[in-house]
Amino acid sequence: MTTPSLEQIRDRILAAVPAAEASLVNNPGPAAQHSLLIDRAHLVEVARFLRDDPELRLDYCSNVTGIDQPEREVVDKVRRKVPAPDGSGEREVEEKVKRIEPGFLEVVYHLFSMARKHGPVVLRVRTGDRAGDASVPSLTPVWRACEFQEREVFDLFGIVFTGHPNLRRILMWDAFVGHPMRKDYVEPDDYEWEPTPHDAVLERVKARQAVASTPEEGPTT
Amino acid sequence: MRAVHDEFHGDLMEVSMGPHHPSTHGVFRMNVVLDGERIVKLKPVFGYLHRNHEKLGEGMTWLASMPFTDRLDYLCAMTNNWAYALAVERLTGLQPPERAEYIRVVLAELTRLLNHTCLAGFLLQDTGAMGTPLMYAFREREKILDLFEALSGSRMMCNYQRFGGCRVDVSPAWLAAARKVVDAYPRFLDEFEALVTGNEIVMARTQGVGRVAPELAVAAGVTGPMLRACGVDYDIRKVDGYGLYPRFHFRVPLGDHGDTYDRYMIRVLEMRESIGILKQAIDGIPDGPILDPKAKGRGLRPPAGEAYGRIEGPKGEIGFFLVSDGTPNPSRYRVRAPSFVNLTILEDMCLGHTVADAVVILGSIDIVLGEVDR
Repeated sequence: MTTPSLEQIRDRILAAVPAAEASLVNNPGPAAQHSLLIDRAHLVEVARFLRDDPELRLDYCSNVTGIDQPEREVVDKVRRKVPAPDGSGEREVEEKVKRIEPGFLEVVYHLFSMARKHGPVVLRVRTGDRAGDASVPSLTPVWRACEFQEREVFDLFGIVFTGHPNLRRILMWDAFVGHPMRKDYVEPDDYEWEPTPHDAVLERVKARQAVASTPEEGPTT
Repeated sequence: MRAVHDEFHGDLMEVSMGPHHPSTHGVFRMNVVLDGERIVKLKPVFGYLHRNHEKLGEGMTWLASMPFTDRLDYLCAMTNNWAYALAVERLTGLQPPERAEYIRVVLAELTRLLNHTCLAGFLLQDTGAMGTPLMYAFREREKILDLFEALSGSRMMCNYQRFGGCRVDVSPAWLAAARKVVDAYPRFLDEFEALVTGNEIVMARTQGVGRVAPELAVAAGVTGPMLRACGVDYDIRKVDGYGLYPRFHFRVPLGDHGDTYDRYMIRVLEMRESIGILKQAIDGIPDGPILDPKAKGRGLRPPAGEAYGRIEGPKGEIGFFLVSDGTPNPSRYRVRAPSFVNLTILEDMCLGHTVADAVVILGSIDIVLGEVDR
Protein backbone atom coordinates (compact mmCIF):
# COMPACT_ATOMS: atom_id res chain seq x y z
CA MET A 1 0.00 0.00 0.00
CA THR A 2 1.36 3.40 -0.88
CA THR A 3 1.68 6.13 1.65
CA PRO A 4 -0.50 9.20 1.08
CA SER A 5 1.63 12.14 0.02
CA LEU A 6 2.89 14.47 2.69
CA GLU A 7 0.75 17.30 1.37
CA GLN A 8 -2.34 15.16 1.79
CA ILE A 9 -1.26 14.19 5.30
CA ARG A 10 -0.62 17.81 6.18
CA ASP A 11 -4.04 18.83 4.91
CA ARG A 12 -5.66 16.08 6.92
CA ILE A 13 -3.76 17.17 10.03
CA LEU A 14 -4.81 20.78 9.55
CA ALA A 15 -8.40 19.70 9.06
CA ALA A 16 -8.37 17.60 12.23
CA VAL A 17 -6.28 19.89 14.43
CA PRO A 18 -6.94 23.36 12.99
CA ALA A 19 -4.73 25.18 15.47
CA ALA A 20 -1.64 23.11 14.62
CA GLU A 21 1.16 24.43 12.47
CA ALA A 22 2.48 21.85 10.06
CA SER A 23 4.96 22.67 7.35
CA LEU A 24 6.83 20.54 4.88
CA VAL A 25 10.59 20.22 5.24
CA ASN A 26 12.14 19.38 1.91
CA ASN A 27 14.84 16.71 1.71
CA PRO A 28 17.00 17.58 -1.28
CA GLY A 29 18.81 14.23 -1.52
CA PRO A 30 17.89 11.28 -3.79
CA ALA A 31 16.10 9.54 -0.91
CA ALA A 32 13.38 12.23 -1.10
CA GLN A 33 12.11 11.34 2.35
CA HIS A 34 10.51 14.69 3.11
CA SER A 35 9.25 15.45 6.56
CA LEU A 36 6.59 17.38 8.40
CA LEU A 37 7.57 20.00 10.95
CA ILE A 38 4.96 20.22 13.69
CA ASP A 39 4.78 22.95 16.32
CA ARG A 40 5.45 21.92 19.88
CA ALA A 41 2.12 22.96 21.36
CA HIS A 42 0.06 20.60 19.18
CA LEU A 43 2.50 17.74 18.72
CA VAL A 44 0.72 15.26 20.99
CA GLU A 45 -2.65 16.04 19.47
CA VAL A 46 -1.26 15.62 15.94
CA ALA A 47 0.47 12.36 16.92
CA ARG A 48 -2.75 10.96 18.35
CA PHE A 49 -4.55 11.90 15.16
CA LEU A 50 -1.91 10.21 12.99
CA ARG A 51 -2.12 7.07 15.09
CA ASP A 52 -5.92 6.83 15.18
CA ASP A 53 -6.91 8.15 11.77
CA PRO A 54 -8.45 5.17 9.96
CA GLU A 55 -6.71 5.95 6.69
CA LEU A 56 -3.24 6.63 8.06
CA ARG A 57 -3.14 4.34 11.13
CA LEU A 58 0.49 5.15 11.88
CA ASP A 59 0.52 2.77 14.82
CA TYR A 60 4.22 2.03 14.82
CA CYS A 61 6.81 4.59 15.81
CA SER A 62 10.01 3.02 14.62
CA ASN A 63 12.77 5.50 15.24
CA VAL A 64 13.14 8.50 17.52
CA THR A 65 16.27 10.53 17.36
CA GLY A 66 17.68 13.96 17.92
CA ILE A 67 19.63 16.31 15.70
CA ASP A 68 21.71 19.14 17.05
CA GLN A 69 21.70 22.35 15.03
CA PRO A 70 24.18 24.68 16.69
CA GLU A 71 23.98 28.38 16.03
CA ARG A 72 25.83 29.25 12.89
CA GLU A 73 27.00 32.27 11.05
CA VAL A 74 25.28 32.85 7.75
CA VAL A 75 26.60 35.24 5.15
CA ASP A 76 23.89 36.87 3.06
CA LYS A 77 24.66 38.75 -0.10
CA VAL A 78 22.69 41.94 -0.16
CA ARG A 79 22.46 44.29 -3.12
CA ARG A 80 22.21 47.90 -2.12
CA LYS A 81 22.14 51.19 -3.96
CA VAL A 82 24.73 53.76 -3.00
CA PRO A 83 25.38 57.21 -4.44
CA ALA A 84 28.15 57.01 -6.98
CA PRO A 85 31.41 58.69 -5.89
CA ASP A 86 31.37 61.09 -8.81
CA GLY A 87 27.87 62.26 -7.84
CA SER A 88 26.26 60.98 -11.03
CA GLY A 89 23.25 59.21 -9.61
CA GLU A 90 23.27 55.82 -7.90
CA ARG A 91 25.14 52.61 -8.33
CA GLU A 92 24.39 49.12 -7.13
CA VAL A 93 26.89 47.32 -4.94
CA GLU A 94 26.85 43.86 -3.48
CA GLU A 95 27.59 43.55 0.19
CA LYS A 96 28.08 40.58 2.41
CA VAL A 97 26.08 40.76 5.61
CA LYS A 98 26.81 38.37 8.41
CA ARG A 99 24.09 37.28 10.73
CA ILE A 100 23.83 34.64 13.44
CA GLU A 101 21.19 32.01 12.89
CA PRO A 102 20.06 30.76 16.29
CA GLY A 103 20.61 27.12 17.14
CA PHE A 104 18.01 24.59 18.14
CA LEU A 105 17.57 20.92 18.80
CA GLU A 106 15.33 18.79 16.69
CA VAL A 107 13.58 15.50 17.36
CA VAL A 108 12.82 13.26 14.38
CA TYR A 109 10.20 10.51 14.50
CA HIS A 110 9.92 7.83 11.81
CA LEU A 111 6.38 6.50 11.73
CA PHE A 112 5.09 3.43 9.94
CA SER A 113 1.79 1.65 9.86
CA MET A 114 1.70 -2.03 10.74
CA ALA A 115 -2.03 -2.18 10.13
CA ARG A 116 -1.92 -0.69 6.63
CA LYS A 117 1.72 -1.49 5.84
CA HIS A 118 2.90 1.88 4.69
CA GLY A 119 5.46 4.44 5.70
CA PRO A 120 7.69 6.10 6.55
CA VAL A 121 6.14 9.37 7.56
CA VAL A 122 8.78 11.57 9.11
CA LEU A 123 7.77 14.01 11.84
CA ARG A 124 10.05 16.71 13.17
CA VAL A 125 9.69 19.01 16.12
CA ARG A 126 12.07 21.72 17.22
CA THR A 127 12.97 23.13 20.61
CA GLY A 128 13.06 26.87 21.22
CA ASP A 129 16.80 26.98 21.77
CA ARG A 130 19.66 24.78 22.96
CA ALA A 131 19.74 25.84 26.63
CA GLY A 132 16.79 26.96 28.74
CA ASP A 133 13.98 26.17 26.32
CA ALA A 134 15.21 22.76 25.12
CA SER A 135 11.98 20.94 25.73
CA VAL A 136 9.36 19.21 23.58
CA PRO A 137 6.29 17.23 24.64
CA SER A 138 6.84 13.51 25.06
CA LEU A 139 5.10 11.12 22.69
CA THR A 140 5.48 8.14 25.03
CA PRO A 141 1.76 8.33 25.97
CA VAL A 142 0.96 7.93 22.27
CA TRP A 143 3.56 5.31 21.29
CA ARG A 144 5.17 3.26 24.01
CA ALA A 145 8.08 2.71 21.60
CA CYS A 146 9.27 6.23 22.40
CA GLU A 147 9.92 5.44 26.06
CA PHE A 148 13.53 4.29 25.86
CA GLN A 149 14.38 6.19 22.71
CA GLU A 150 13.27 9.51 24.20
CA ARG A 151 15.28 8.74 27.30
CA GLU A 152 18.26 8.19 25.03
CA VAL A 153 17.68 11.50 23.23
CA PHE A 154 17.40 13.24 26.60
CA ASP A 155 20.58 11.56 27.76
CA LEU A 156 22.72 12.28 24.72
CA PHE A 157 21.24 15.55 23.45
CA GLY A 158 19.72 17.13 26.54
CA ILE A 159 16.24 17.53 25.09
CA VAL A 160 13.70 17.50 27.91
CA PHE A 161 10.54 15.55 27.08
CA THR A 162 7.74 17.00 29.17
CA GLY A 163 5.23 14.38 30.23
CA HIS A 164 7.65 11.46 29.94
CA PRO A 165 6.91 8.95 32.73
CA ASN A 166 10.52 8.26 33.66
CA LEU A 167 12.96 10.70 32.13
CA ARG A 168 16.36 9.59 33.37
CA ARG A 169 19.70 8.99 31.75
CA ILE A 170 19.77 5.62 30.06
CA LEU A 171 23.18 5.03 28.48
CA MET A 172 25.43 7.40 30.42
CA TRP A 173 25.69 7.04 34.18
CA ASP A 174 23.55 9.20 36.44
CA ALA A 175 26.36 11.41 37.72
CA PHE A 176 27.52 12.25 34.19
CA VAL A 177 27.50 15.93 33.32
CA GLY A 178 26.75 17.16 29.81
CA HIS A 179 25.23 15.70 26.67
CA PRO A 180 27.82 14.00 24.49
CA MET A 181 25.97 14.00 21.16
CA ARG A 182 25.85 17.78 21.04
CA LYS A 183 28.14 19.22 18.42
CA ASP A 184 29.85 21.53 20.91
CA TYR A 185 30.45 18.87 23.56
CA VAL A 186 34.03 18.84 24.79
CA GLU A 187 35.11 15.68 26.48
CA PRO A 188 36.81 16.04 29.83
CA ASP A 189 40.50 15.26 30.22
CA ASP A 190 39.86 12.37 32.53
CA TYR A 191 36.63 10.43 32.47
CA GLU A 192 37.77 8.25 35.32
CA TRP A 193 38.30 11.04 37.83
CA GLU A 194 36.31 10.60 40.97
CA PRO A 195 36.47 12.54 44.24
CA THR A 196 38.50 10.69 46.88
CA PRO A 197 38.97 11.25 50.60
CA HIS A 198 42.49 12.45 49.85
CA ASP A 199 41.34 15.42 47.81
CA ALA A 200 41.39 17.82 50.76
CA VAL A 201 44.90 16.68 51.70
CA LEU A 202 46.13 17.05 48.12
CA GLU A 203 44.67 20.56 47.96
CA ARG A 204 46.54 21.54 51.15
CA VAL A 205 49.78 20.10 49.79
CA LYS A 206 49.33 21.99 46.55
CA ALA A 207 48.68 25.22 48.43
CA ARG A 208 51.78 24.77 50.58
CA GLN A 209 53.92 23.98 47.57
CA ALA A 210 52.62 27.07 45.80
CA VAL A 211 53.57 29.18 48.77
CA ALA A 212 56.97 27.51 49.07
CA SER A 213 57.79 28.16 45.43
CA THR A 214 57.35 31.94 45.77
CA PRO A 215 60.66 32.93 47.42
CA GLU A 216 59.80 36.31 48.96
CA GLU A 217 56.79 35.00 50.91
CA GLY A 218 57.95 31.48 51.52
CA PRO A 219 58.58 30.31 55.02
CA THR A 220 62.20 29.96 56.03
CA THR A 221 63.23 26.51 57.05
CA MET B 1 -8.82 1.49 54.83
CA ARG B 2 -5.42 0.22 53.82
CA ALA B 3 -4.83 -3.26 52.63
CA VAL B 4 -2.99 -5.51 55.02
CA HIS B 5 0.03 -5.98 52.79
CA ASP B 6 0.55 -2.22 52.63
CA GLU B 7 1.44 -2.36 56.32
CA PHE B 8 4.21 -4.88 55.78
CA HIS B 9 6.97 -3.97 53.44
CA GLY B 10 9.44 -6.30 55.04
CA ASP B 11 8.94 -9.13 52.61
CA LEU B 12 9.75 -7.15 49.46
CA MET B 13 13.32 -7.66 48.44
CA GLU B 14 15.28 -5.72 45.89
CA VAL B 15 17.79 -7.74 43.93
CA SER B 16 20.25 -6.46 41.39
CA MET B 17 20.66 -9.14 38.71
CA GLY B 18 23.80 -8.40 36.80
CA PRO B 19 25.74 -6.80 35.28
CA HIS B 20 27.92 -9.88 35.61
CA HIS B 21 25.35 -12.61 35.55
CA PRO B 22 25.63 -15.63 33.26
CA SER B 23 22.04 -15.34 32.06
CA THR B 24 22.03 -11.66 31.15
CA HIS B 25 23.79 -12.26 27.82
CA GLY B 26 26.40 -9.60 28.42
CA VAL B 27 26.75 -6.70 30.78
CA PHE B 28 23.11 -6.02 31.45
CA ARG B 29 21.46 -5.44 34.78
CA MET B 30 17.91 -5.90 35.99
CA ASN B 31 16.87 -4.22 39.21
CA VAL B 32 14.19 -6.59 40.40
CA VAL B 33 11.82 -6.10 43.33
CA LEU B 34 10.61 -9.44 44.60
CA ASP B 35 7.63 -10.43 46.65
CA GLY B 36 8.75 -13.86 47.72
CA GLU B 37 9.77 -15.29 44.37
CA ARG B 38 7.38 -13.18 42.28
CA ILE B 39 8.59 -10.13 40.42
CA VAL B 40 6.62 -6.99 41.30
CA LYS B 41 8.91 -4.49 39.63
CA LEU B 42 11.75 -4.76 37.15
CA LYS B 43 13.90 -1.96 35.84
CA PRO B 44 16.49 -2.73 33.18
CA VAL B 45 19.75 -0.83 33.55
CA PHE B 46 22.17 -0.65 30.67
CA GLY B 47 24.91 1.42 29.18
CA TYR B 48 27.83 -0.64 30.49
CA LEU B 49 29.01 -1.21 26.94
CA HIS B 50 28.20 2.29 25.72
CA ARG B 51 30.93 3.75 23.55
CA ASN B 52 28.80 6.36 21.76
CA HIS B 53 28.89 4.60 18.44
CA GLU B 54 26.86 7.43 16.88
CA LYS B 55 29.34 10.09 17.92
CA LEU B 56 32.19 7.94 16.58
CA GLY B 57 30.30 7.70 13.31
CA GLU B 58 30.13 11.48 13.03
CA GLY B 59 33.88 11.74 13.36
CA MET B 60 34.68 9.25 10.60
CA THR B 61 34.20 9.01 6.88
CA TRP B 62 31.18 7.11 5.58
CA LEU B 63 33.14 4.01 4.69
CA ALA B 64 35.07 3.95 7.97
CA SER B 65 31.83 3.31 9.88
CA MET B 66 31.24 0.06 8.01
CA PRO B 67 33.54 -2.12 10.16
CA PHE B 68 32.05 -0.48 13.26
CA THR B 69 28.59 -1.71 12.31
CA ASP B 70 29.97 -5.26 12.63
CA ARG B 71 30.43 -4.59 16.33
CA LEU B 72 26.82 -3.57 16.94
CA ASP B 73 25.24 -6.99 16.89
CA TYR B 74 28.31 -9.15 16.67
CA LEU B 75 26.32 -12.22 15.66
CA CYS B 76 24.78 -10.49 12.66
CA ALA B 77 27.57 -8.50 11.06
CA MET B 78 26.30 -9.18 7.54
CA THR B 79 22.82 -7.78 8.15
CA ASN B 80 24.19 -4.75 10.01
CA ASN B 81 26.45 -4.09 7.03
CA TRP B 82 23.54 -4.42 4.68
CA ALA B 83 21.31 -2.04 6.65
CA TYR B 84 24.03 0.60 6.68
CA ALA B 85 24.86 0.09 3.01
CA LEU B 86 21.16 0.31 2.16
CA ALA B 87 20.77 3.61 4.00
CA VAL B 88 23.82 5.08 2.27
CA GLU B 89 22.53 3.82 -1.09
CA ARG B 90 19.24 5.63 -0.44
CA LEU B 91 21.23 8.72 0.45
CA THR B 92 23.41 8.64 -2.65
CA GLY B 93 21.13 6.97 -5.18
CA LEU B 94 23.49 4.06 -5.84
CA GLN B 95 22.01 0.85 -7.19
CA PRO B 96 23.69 -2.49 -6.44
CA PRO B 97 23.86 -4.90 -9.39
CA GLU B 98 21.73 -8.00 -9.44
CA ARG B 99 24.50 -10.40 -8.47
CA ALA B 100 25.36 -8.29 -5.43
CA GLU B 101 21.71 -8.31 -4.36
CA TYR B 102 21.68 -12.09 -4.61
CA ILE B 103 24.84 -12.35 -2.53
CA ARG B 104 23.28 -10.07 0.06
CA VAL B 105 20.19 -12.21 0.31
CA VAL B 106 22.31 -15.36 0.68
CA LEU B 107 24.42 -13.80 3.42
CA ALA B 108 21.46 -12.26 5.24
CA GLU B 109 19.61 -15.56 5.35
CA LEU B 110 22.74 -17.41 6.48
CA THR B 111 23.00 -14.80 9.24
CA ARG B 112 19.38 -15.44 10.18
CA LEU B 113 20.08 -19.16 10.42
CA LEU B 114 23.15 -18.49 12.53
CA ASN B 115 21.41 -16.05 14.86
CA HIS B 116 18.30 -18.14 15.41
CA THR B 117 20.37 -21.28 15.96
CA CYS B 118 22.44 -19.52 18.61
CA LEU B 119 19.32 -18.09 20.21
CA ALA B 120 17.70 -21.50 20.47
CA GLY B 121 20.85 -22.85 22.08
CA PHE B 122 21.12 -20.00 24.56
CA LEU B 123 17.42 -20.17 25.40
CA LEU B 124 17.80 -23.83 26.28
CA GLN B 125 20.85 -22.94 28.35
CA ASP B 126 18.72 -20.38 30.20
CA THR B 127 16.05 -22.92 30.97
CA GLY B 128 18.71 -25.04 32.61
CA ALA B 129 19.61 -27.45 29.83
CA MET B 130 23.29 -26.88 30.38
CA GLY B 131 25.73 -27.48 27.61
CA THR B 132 24.39 -30.00 25.16
CA PRO B 133 21.81 -28.01 23.14
CA LEU B 134 24.10 -25.00 23.03
CA MET B 135 26.99 -27.12 21.76
CA TYR B 136 24.75 -28.64 19.09
CA ALA B 137 23.79 -25.13 18.02
CA PHE B 138 27.36 -23.91 18.04
CA ARG B 139 28.47 -26.85 15.92
CA GLU B 140 26.10 -25.68 13.17
CA ARG B 141 27.00 -22.04 13.70
CA GLU B 142 30.63 -22.92 13.10
CA LYS B 143 29.82 -24.19 9.61
CA ILE B 144 28.25 -20.87 8.68
CA LEU B 145 31.10 -18.94 10.25
CA ASP B 146 33.50 -20.96 8.10
CA LEU B 147 31.60 -19.77 5.03
CA PHE B 148 31.82 -16.16 6.23
CA GLU B 149 35.52 -16.54 6.89
CA ALA B 150 36.16 -18.02 3.46
CA LEU B 151 34.34 -15.13 1.83
CA SER B 152 35.19 -12.08 3.87
CA GLY B 153 38.31 -13.12 5.76
CA SER B 154 36.71 -12.83 9.14
CA ARG B 155 34.34 -15.07 11.03
CA MET B 156 32.33 -12.47 12.86
CA MET B 157 33.58 -9.01 11.92
CA CYS B 158 32.92 -9.41 8.23
CA ASN B 159 33.01 -5.81 6.95
CA TYR B 160 31.74 -7.19 3.67
CA GLN B 161 29.10 -4.95 2.15
CA ARG B 162 29.99 -1.81 0.27
CA PHE B 163 27.89 1.14 -0.84
CA GLY B 164 26.45 -0.06 -4.14
CA GLY B 165 27.48 -3.70 -3.90
CA CYS B 166 29.84 -6.10 -2.16
CA ARG B 167 33.56 -6.19 -1.50
CA VAL B 168 34.62 -9.49 -3.09
CA ASP B 169 32.86 -11.88 -5.42
CA VAL B 170 31.72 -15.33 -4.40
CA SER B 171 33.35 -18.25 -6.20
CA PRO B 172 31.49 -21.28 -7.58
CA ALA B 173 33.31 -23.38 -4.95
CA TRP B 174 32.00 -21.12 -2.19
CA LEU B 175 28.47 -21.37 -3.53
CA ALA B 176 28.78 -25.14 -3.65
CA ALA B 177 30.01 -25.17 -0.05
CA ALA B 178 27.14 -22.92 1.00
CA ARG B 179 24.66 -25.16 -0.76
CA LYS B 180 26.08 -28.14 1.10
CA VAL B 181 25.62 -26.41 4.47
CA VAL B 182 22.10 -25.37 3.53
CA ASP B 183 21.17 -28.86 2.34
CA ALA B 184 22.38 -30.37 5.59
CA TYR B 185 20.56 -27.84 7.75
CA PRO B 186 17.06 -29.36 7.80
CA ARG B 187 18.57 -32.53 9.22
CA PHE B 188 20.09 -30.58 12.10
CA LEU B 189 16.80 -28.77 12.68
CA ASP B 190 14.90 -32.04 12.78
CA GLU B 191 17.38 -33.44 15.26
CA PHE B 192 17.26 -30.32 17.41
CA GLU B 193 13.48 -30.19 17.33
CA ALA B 194 13.20 -33.86 18.23
CA LEU B 195 15.19 -33.07 21.34
CA VAL B 196 13.58 -29.81 22.29
CA THR B 197 10.27 -28.88 20.71
CA GLY B 198 8.13 -31.57 22.27
CA ASN B 199 10.16 -31.74 25.45
CA GLU B 200 7.94 -31.69 28.52
CA ILE B 201 10.27 -29.58 30.61
CA VAL B 202 10.78 -27.03 27.85
CA MET B 203 7.02 -26.74 27.43
CA ALA B 204 6.46 -26.35 31.16
CA ARG B 205 9.11 -23.66 31.42
CA THR B 206 8.08 -21.65 28.36
CA GLN B 207 4.39 -22.04 27.57
CA GLY B 208 2.34 -19.16 28.96
CA VAL B 209 5.49 -17.48 30.23
CA GLY B 210 6.08 -13.86 29.27
CA ARG B 211 2.96 -13.34 27.24
CA VAL B 212 2.72 -10.21 25.13
CA ALA B 213 -0.54 -8.86 23.76
CA PRO B 214 -0.30 -7.91 20.07
CA GLU B 215 -1.57 -4.37 20.81
CA LEU B 216 1.19 -3.81 23.33
CA ALA B 217 3.81 -5.22 20.98
CA VAL B 218 2.77 -2.88 18.16
CA ALA B 219 2.57 0.17 20.43
CA ALA B 220 5.97 -0.58 21.93
CA GLY B 221 7.61 -0.84 18.53
CA VAL B 222 8.60 -4.47 19.00
CA THR B 223 9.81 -6.00 15.75
CA GLY B 224 11.16 -9.22 14.37
CA PRO B 225 10.31 -12.73 15.54
CA MET B 226 9.15 -11.33 18.88
CA LEU B 227 6.41 -9.36 17.16
CA ARG B 228 5.39 -12.16 14.85
CA ALA B 229 5.14 -14.53 17.81
CA CYS B 230 2.21 -12.34 18.95
CA GLY B 231 0.49 -12.92 15.61
CA VAL B 232 1.19 -9.56 13.98
CA ASP B 233 2.00 -10.06 10.33
CA TYR B 234 4.81 -7.58 9.78
CA ASP B 235 7.96 -8.68 8.03
CA ILE B 236 9.98 -5.89 6.42
CA ARG B 237 11.16 -8.30 3.73
CA LYS B 238 7.54 -8.49 2.59
CA VAL B 239 6.43 -4.95 3.51
CA ASP B 240 9.31 -2.95 2.02
CA GLY B 241 10.40 -5.53 -0.51
CA TYR B 242 13.98 -4.27 -0.31
CA GLY B 243 16.77 -6.07 -2.10
CA LEU B 244 15.35 -8.84 -4.24
CA TYR B 245 13.05 -10.37 -1.65
CA PRO B 246 9.88 -9.99 -3.77
CA ARG B 247 11.46 -12.52 -6.18
CA PHE B 248 11.71 -15.26 -3.61
CA HIS B 249 8.93 -17.42 -2.41
CA PHE B 250 8.68 -17.67 1.35
CA ARG B 251 6.06 -17.52 4.05
CA VAL B 252 5.99 -15.48 7.24
CA PRO B 253 5.35 -17.73 10.24
CA LEU B 254 3.06 -16.26 12.90
CA GLY B 255 2.45 -17.32 16.48
CA ASP B 256 -0.75 -16.95 18.37
CA HIS B 257 0.02 -16.86 22.07
CA GLY B 258 2.91 -14.45 22.17
CA ASP B 259 4.62 -16.47 24.88
CA THR B 260 8.18 -17.69 25.16
CA TYR B 261 7.39 -21.00 23.50
CA ASP B 262 5.95 -19.22 20.48
CA ARG B 263 9.00 -17.02 20.27
CA TYR B 264 11.14 -20.15 20.14
CA MET B 265 8.87 -21.85 17.58
CA ILE B 266 8.76 -18.79 15.32
CA ARG B 267 12.51 -18.86 15.08
CA VAL B 268 12.59 -22.53 14.16
CA LEU B 269 9.95 -21.97 11.48
CA GLU B 270 11.76 -18.90 10.18
CA MET B 271 14.91 -20.96 9.83
CA ARG B 272 13.02 -23.43 7.67
CA GLU B 273 11.77 -20.58 5.48
CA SER B 274 15.31 -19.17 5.30
CA ILE B 275 16.56 -22.50 4.03
CA GLY B 276 14.00 -22.24 1.23
CA ILE B 277 15.13 -18.71 0.33
CA LEU B 278 18.77 -19.80 0.39
CA LYS B 279 18.16 -22.65 -2.02
CA GLN B 280 16.35 -20.34 -4.44
CA ALA B 281 19.04 -17.66 -4.15
CA ILE B 282 22.05 -19.97 -4.50
CA ASP B 283 20.54 -21.72 -7.50
CA GLY B 284 19.39 -18.54 -9.20
CA ILE B 285 22.44 -16.34 -8.72
CA PRO B 286 23.29 -14.64 -12.03
CA ASP B 287 26.71 -13.68 -13.36
CA GLY B 288 27.74 -10.08 -13.55
CA PRO B 289 29.44 -7.28 -11.68
CA ILE B 290 29.12 -6.98 -7.91
CA LEU B 291 29.56 -3.24 -7.56
CA ASP B 292 27.75 -0.25 -9.00
CA PRO B 293 30.22 1.41 -11.45
CA LYS B 294 29.45 4.78 -9.85
CA ALA B 295 30.24 3.41 -6.38
CA LYS B 296 32.88 5.13 -4.36
CA GLY B 297 34.36 3.83 -1.14
CA ARG B 298 36.98 6.27 0.02
CA GLY B 299 36.18 9.93 -0.50
CA LEU B 300 32.44 9.39 -0.70
CA ARG B 301 30.51 12.63 -0.34
CA PRO B 302 26.78 12.03 -0.51
CA PRO B 303 24.71 15.04 -1.56
CA ALA B 304 23.12 17.00 1.27
CA GLY B 305 20.00 15.31 2.53
CA GLU B 306 18.88 12.56 4.82
CA ALA B 307 17.71 8.98 4.51
CA TYR B 308 16.31 6.25 6.69
CA GLY B 309 17.09 2.72 5.54
CA ARG B 310 15.91 -0.39 7.34
CA ILE B 311 15.98 -4.13 6.83
CA GLU B 312 14.55 -7.13 8.60
CA GLY B 313 17.46 -8.23 10.72
CA PRO B 314 17.31 -11.52 12.59
CA LYS B 315 16.39 -9.61 15.77
CA GLY B 316 13.98 -7.16 14.21
CA GLU B 317 14.10 -3.91 12.35
CA ILE B 318 17.64 -2.62 12.11
CA GLY B 319 17.64 0.85 10.64
CA PHE B 320 20.11 3.60 9.96
CA PHE B 321 19.12 7.25 9.87
CA LEU B 322 21.79 9.28 8.13
CA VAL B 323 22.06 13.01 7.54
CA SER B 324 24.62 14.33 5.11
CA ASP B 325 25.67 17.92 4.68
CA GLY B 326 27.82 17.17 1.65
CA THR B 327 31.07 16.73 3.60
CA PRO B 328 33.12 13.51 3.84
CA ASN B 329 31.67 12.84 7.33
CA PRO B 330 28.05 12.19 8.26
CA SER B 331 26.54 15.09 10.12
CA ARG B 332 24.22 12.67 11.90
CA TYR B 333 24.56 8.92 12.09
CA ARG B 334 21.84 7.10 14.01
CA VAL B 335 21.37 3.39 14.59
CA ARG B 336 17.91 2.10 15.32
CA ALA B 337 18.78 -1.06 17.20
CA PRO B 338 16.11 -3.77 17.44
CA SER B 339 17.30 -5.21 20.77
CA PHE B 340 17.20 -1.78 22.40
CA VAL B 341 13.59 -1.12 21.46
CA ASN B 342 12.45 -4.70 22.13
CA LEU B 343 13.64 -4.34 25.72
CA THR B 344 10.99 -1.66 26.33
CA ILE B 345 8.42 -4.24 27.35
CA LEU B 346 10.73 -6.45 29.40
CA GLU B 347 9.05 -5.33 32.63
CA ASP B 348 5.54 -5.93 31.27
CA MET B 349 6.54 -9.45 30.28
CA CYS B 350 8.15 -10.35 33.60
CA LEU B 351 5.63 -8.98 36.11
CA GLY B 352 4.05 -11.76 38.14
CA HIS B 353 6.57 -14.35 37.04
CA THR B 354 9.44 -15.81 39.03
CA VAL B 355 13.09 -14.88 38.75
CA ALA B 356 13.79 -18.12 36.89
CA ASP B 357 11.12 -17.16 34.35
CA ALA B 358 12.61 -13.69 33.92
CA VAL B 359 15.84 -15.37 32.84
CA VAL B 360 14.02 -17.37 30.18
CA ILE B 361 11.99 -14.34 29.05
CA LEU B 362 15.13 -12.26 28.65
CA GLY B 363 16.67 -15.10 26.67
CA SER B 364 13.69 -15.21 24.34
CA ILE B 365 13.91 -11.48 23.52
CA ASP B 366 17.29 -12.16 21.96
CA ILE B 367 19.41 -9.18 22.92
CA VAL B 368 23.01 -8.43 22.11
CA LEU B 369 24.46 -5.78 24.35
CA GLY B 370 26.78 -4.43 21.69
CA GLU B 371 23.65 -3.24 19.95
CA VAL B 372 21.62 -2.21 23.00
CA ASP B 373 24.33 0.04 24.40
CA ARG B 374 25.97 1.06 21.15
